[in-house]
Amino acid sequence: MDFNDILQIIISPTTAAFALAAIGLNFHYGLTGLLNMGVAGFMLIGMYGYGISVSHGVPAWLALIIAIVGAVVFSIVLGWPTLRLRGDYFAIVTIAAAEIVRIIGRSQWLKEWTGGNTGIRGKDFKGPFEALSPFPDKLIRVGPWQFHGSLSNSWWLITVGWLLVAAFALLFWRLNKSPWGRVLRGIREDEDAVRSLGKDVYSFKMQALVIGGVICTLAGIVWAHGNAISPDSMGRTTTFWIWTMLLLGGAATVFGPILGTALFWALYVAIKQVAPLVLPNLASTQIEPLALAAVGFGLILLIVFRPQGILGDKREIALNG
Amino acid sequence: MAKSDLFASVESVPGSQKPDPILIADGVMRSFGGLVAVNVSHFEAQRHAITALIGPNGAGKSTFFNLLTGFDMAQEGTGVFNGRPLKGMSSAKVARAGMVRTFQLTKALSRMTVIENMRLGAQEQSGENFANALLAPIWRKREREITEQAEELLGRFKLLEKRDEYAGSLSGGQRKLLEMARALMSKPTMIMLDEPMAGVNPALTESLLDHIVALRDEGVTVLFVEHDMHMVRRISDWVVVMAEGRIIAEGDPHEVMKNQAVQDAYLGSHHDTDLFEERS
Repeated sequence: MDFNDILQIIISPTTAAFALAAIGLNFHYGLTGLLNMGVAGFMLIGMYGYGISVSHGVPAWLALIIAIVGAVVFSIVLGWPTLRLRGDYFAIVTIAAAEIVRIIGRSQWLKEWTGGNTGIRGKDFKGPFEALSPFPDKLIRVGPWQFHGSLSNSWWLITVGWLLVAAFALLFWRLNKSPWGRVLRGIREDEDAVRSLGKDVYSFKMQALVIGGVICTLAGIVWAHGNAISPDSMGRTTTFWIWTMLLLGGAATVFGPILGTALFWALYVAIKQVAPLVLPNLASTQIEPLALAAVGFGLILLIVFRPQGILGDKREIALNG
Repeated sequence: MAKSDLFASVESVPGSQKPDPILIADGVMRSFGGLVAVNVSHFEAQRHAITALIGPNGAGKSTFFNLLTGFDMAQEGTGVFNGRPLKGMSSAKVARAGMVRTFQLTKALSRMTVIENMRLGAQEQSGENFANALLAPIWRKREREITEQAEELLGRFKLLEKRDEYAGSLSGGQRKLLEMARALMSKPTMIMLDEPMAGVNPALTESLLDHIVALRDEGVTVLFVEHDMHMVRRISDWVVVMAEGRIIAEGDPHEVMKNQAVQDAYLGSHHDTDLFEERS
């Protein structure tokens, strides 16, 4: 087995992006109890908001603001009718909304802007970010890790991605331990009780939805810089992966989303490497589905044996209630 | 003030006027489809007194409670609490105005610790604002005050040793106590208790009753829904009886059960006629 691949994936920008999305989801689910089943939709909003703007000549900083405003508007439009309803309705609406974003993105109707189902190529939007890189324009090896200095999956993107992860983990820690976070945890337990204590539950839920949504959107932008903007890689599967990562690490914890994401990718790569050794007759096209099946099986085991995740406190939050 | 003075001039009729009402409801109507759950033409609750709301199952007591506290909206009618109109007020606003309620099915926030439950009940914590939450120095001082107040209340309700345990690990009766203590964190002028004794063991019931009386003596107005007539007689100053959505009687707790309308409501209007005699 090649441990190098596992080491590469653990620090890669993709992992940072997923960790960031898991932190966003942690604001929704871990803190507030909102069942956001449309994480990938929020990520797509960020990709399109940033990518379309930059590819049409908007400066990067303004494109970033456009993406964030897009996420805020998307959250409010989504939350306005649904946050007054019971949790399961919210889950249904978010999964539908995320699919709407994806399907509109890949349709031929807006091809001029979104690139249809092929999406937006990296070279059309990555330039301004890569130009900001302070690292040299060549492959750089540090210990076991080798990445390019500033292009695509670069040291530059790794630095920015993980700095964002650190910043938002810190934000989660601060807010979770504040009176604001306490109200949200109360809402997670029982909305009516919190209402009876004089708190505007609707407003608090909206705030949590917006902040988590913005974090997911930033995750989308990081992911796009390591890959490309392609609507079909941000489908329901991606959302369920992020859920698995959060629950694996432990919802409502500061480091749970980060640990869960790193472990998820490490296991995923390890399974793909071990599978051909154990099952030599396996065709190479069967390896990926097998790894996915193993992930699903892992999630089932997690729910049965450790519903609170690795770092979670069973008395505080557990998947099976 | 002794209760006899407060209610000396009050008539024992449905919707009677009180000398100093804190809560007034007029023409309150709520129906679910064809079923009229609540139809109260006039109701007043006396300030600084314990008023019990009783009635057989399905009388509309809990619905009336929900309407008064903003958890449900009446189709018709008006309410005034402490001089403020209640119409269109959200439940959170009602609570902030000083009328805090508890629930029939206890709503302890079970996966939060007891002390966190208590802190959540406090008002005027600026750290509940998102921007302020980021800067601990803004809210830390208030947080200390809240914690002190919470510990004092927990001591009074004999829950202090459970301070750092998850509320979910408490017994049913302890959760009732916690819910009441939490409601008191906001220093309410009126507290609405929906069946505070339901599912509480006899030993705890005693201390719950004492707490309610102590609250009244400190100047908090209490309105509570209860089934157990012994409890009602022991602590309430005034009793309001509901049946089929209406208020059918009011009066002194020791007298009101003698009222014919109340007996009819509880036992059926033919409870003392002999069926065989009727036939012959």
